[in-house]
Amino acid sequence: MIARVIARGRSRLERREATAAWLFLAPALIALAAVAFWPLARTLYFSFTDATFDDPSNYGFIGWRNFTDIAGDKLWWLALRNTLTFTVISVALETCLGLGIALLLNQTIPGRGAIRAAILIPWAIPVVVSAKVWEWMLHDQFGIINNALINLGLIEQGIAWTANPSLVMGVVIFIDVWITTPFMVLLILAGLQLIPEEVQEAAIVDGVPWWKRFWSITLPLLRPAIGVAVLFRVLDAMRMFDLSYVLAGNSQRTMTISIYARNQLVAFQEIGLGSAASTWVFFAVAMAAILIIGTLRLDRATSR
Amino acid sequence: MGSVSLHGVSKSFGKLDIIRNVDLDIADGEFVVFVGPSGCGKSTLLRLIAGLVPATAGEIAIDGEDMTEVPASERGIAFVFQSYALYPHMNIARNIGFALETTGIGRAAIRTKVEQVASMLKIDHLLDRLPRQLSGGQRQRVAIGRALVRHPKVFLFDEPLSNLDTDLRSEMRVEIARLHEELGTTMIYVTHDQVEAMTLADRIVVLNEGRIEQIGSPRELYRQPANRFVAGFIGAPRMNFAPVTATARSETVRLTGPGGLDLGVAGNWSATAASIGVRPEALSLATGETAKASGELLRVEDLGHEHLAYVSIADDLVWTARVEPNHETQRGARVGLGWPDDALFVFDGEGRRLGAQAGMRG
Repeated sequence: MIARVIARGRSRLERREATAAWLFLAPALIALAAVAFWPLARTLYFSFTDATFDDPSNYGFIGWRNFTDIAGDKLWWLALRNTLTFTVISVALETCLGLGIALLLNQTIPGRGAIRAAILIPWAIPVVVSAKVWEWMLHDQFGIINNALINLGLIEQGIAWTANPSLVMGVVIFIDVWITTPFMVLLILAGLQLIPEEVQEAAIVDGVPWWKRFWSITLPLLRPAIGVAVLFRVLDAMRMFDLSYVLAGNSQRTMTISIYARNQLVAFQEIGLGSAASTWVFFAVAMAAILIIGTLRLDRATSR
Repeated sequence: MGSVSLHGVSKSFGKLDIIRNVDLDIADGEFVVFVGPSGCGKSTLLRLIAGLVPATAGEIAIDGEDMTEVPASERGIAFVFQSYALYPHMNIARNIGFALETTGIGRAAIRTKVEQVASMLKIDHLLDRLPRQLSGGQRQRVAIGRALVRHPKVFLFDEPLSNLDTDLRSEMRVEIARLHEELGTTMIYVTHDQVEAMTLADRIVVLNEGRIEQIGSPRELYRQPANRFVAGFIGAPRMNFAPVTATARSETVRLTGPGGLDLGVAGNWSATAASIGVRPEALSLATGETAKASGELLRVEDLGHEHLAYVSIADDLVWTARVEPNHETQRGARVGLGWPDDALFVFDGEGRRLGAQAGMRG
């Protein structure tokens, strides 16, 4: 009897709490629906149509044809390969560099605060500005890099870094590493500071050599932080558009899947095909995210 | 084997002097406890011995070998932290055996040693768990096991029991005493807990503001404190003090002070006396002739096994007396306090204790 009263009372309280929870969530959900779910749904919808920008209101459903068309396009696969090459190499370099710099900055060195602030500068500059600055610095005739290399006697004449098809992907990766390493440093540094100093000291006193401390203590304890940083960076890199586009436009050497989708939509005015390409991009990024979260077990590692 | 000696050791962080010119010799197999108020530098002194912080000046030798410039990892010591500092991602077996992994003795040998230590500390059933699955007391046992397994020359403990509750603390205290007896290894132990210091130590080092105030056995520190600081720091509840004025007479010195204090002390050494001290356990409620001081009884705390009476002998001077449980005095009443002559400690203006014989108690 008493138990039933309590049970009924609790369930009413629970209902009230659930209502309150939904009320609090509502603004965020509405905003998300407006800026994320709705556009996503529209894109998905249009990807099954033959709509074009000439007459957007006049279209018919064509089933999976847009998707199969793109899957049969050699340029799409080239763009995907470029994107994956760019993602794997740039994120790998950024992680290694970020880890190295974070370890250095974690030491008690004079002026540490200033260095930490200074290292963020590349991250704070808009990508388009950075890309333009580097484009000029790498210019084959007026660039400061070529100038320095010539003065050092390393090369005879300026190298056309961004115009040379075999070099341009390397340049894109280089600039991306320059821009986003600070982001990696920041996230890994935050992870480093979560490792209790006494755990390291315990290993030092116990005579554990530095490489073993790094490999068996620092790295495993940093895994959640590095995992999150890599996840962010991979998702970012998978949909990279601006850097390639500013440096090399539609060059097939650096065309990413985002540039490919943009071309279908804007350059060729194909709403249906462009939407399908965008949907492919979405799936590619989602797959990457699932893969990383799964392999690193981020969901569990961070909940500790 | 594991002697430790410090000569003129100082440590400054910037302009802040944490340790000032410390000389200390610890014999092999000794159990030495560093005590002192927080911020006195006792933990820093331990970290200096460990090599976790470099000394600003002075020499540190372990086993007769100069270790001042030797990194912590090569000093052959083990350190037990207050926070346990276990490796959170390794199971207990690996936590204990981790330091042995680079010694090249092989997995099987490591396993044997780990199991040996674990059974010694009664944690052998926990070897496959992670630190976060253990209670505080179990974690501290693992931390001690991690130290034991390496057979260090010296064990350093930095407030190892401070994070444990009272019951576990006394249990682990007994455990550490047993380990010291069994191993006979030098142990240096930092604590702010007097009970730990008094029960574990062969010798106690009392530190204050980075200096050694006194070194001695627990009994020496209690009965013959070198100065007012040590007298006040060792013993709980702490010693009662009162300022006095000394007037020299022919054979004795007359000491007068608040609460009607008027004592005749033999020996002209006490001519420079500035304050006196009496331990609460030496005080008793007294009347008439036997009362040496008097004041208003503020309150009596009933702690079960003892009663503590707070007596205000002057406006801003409250003395604590450990009294018989069956006293019948009312709050607010005027009471007299008495003590045996040999329970009196006399200090000079700089806080040094006067007359070695004055503080001797039977």
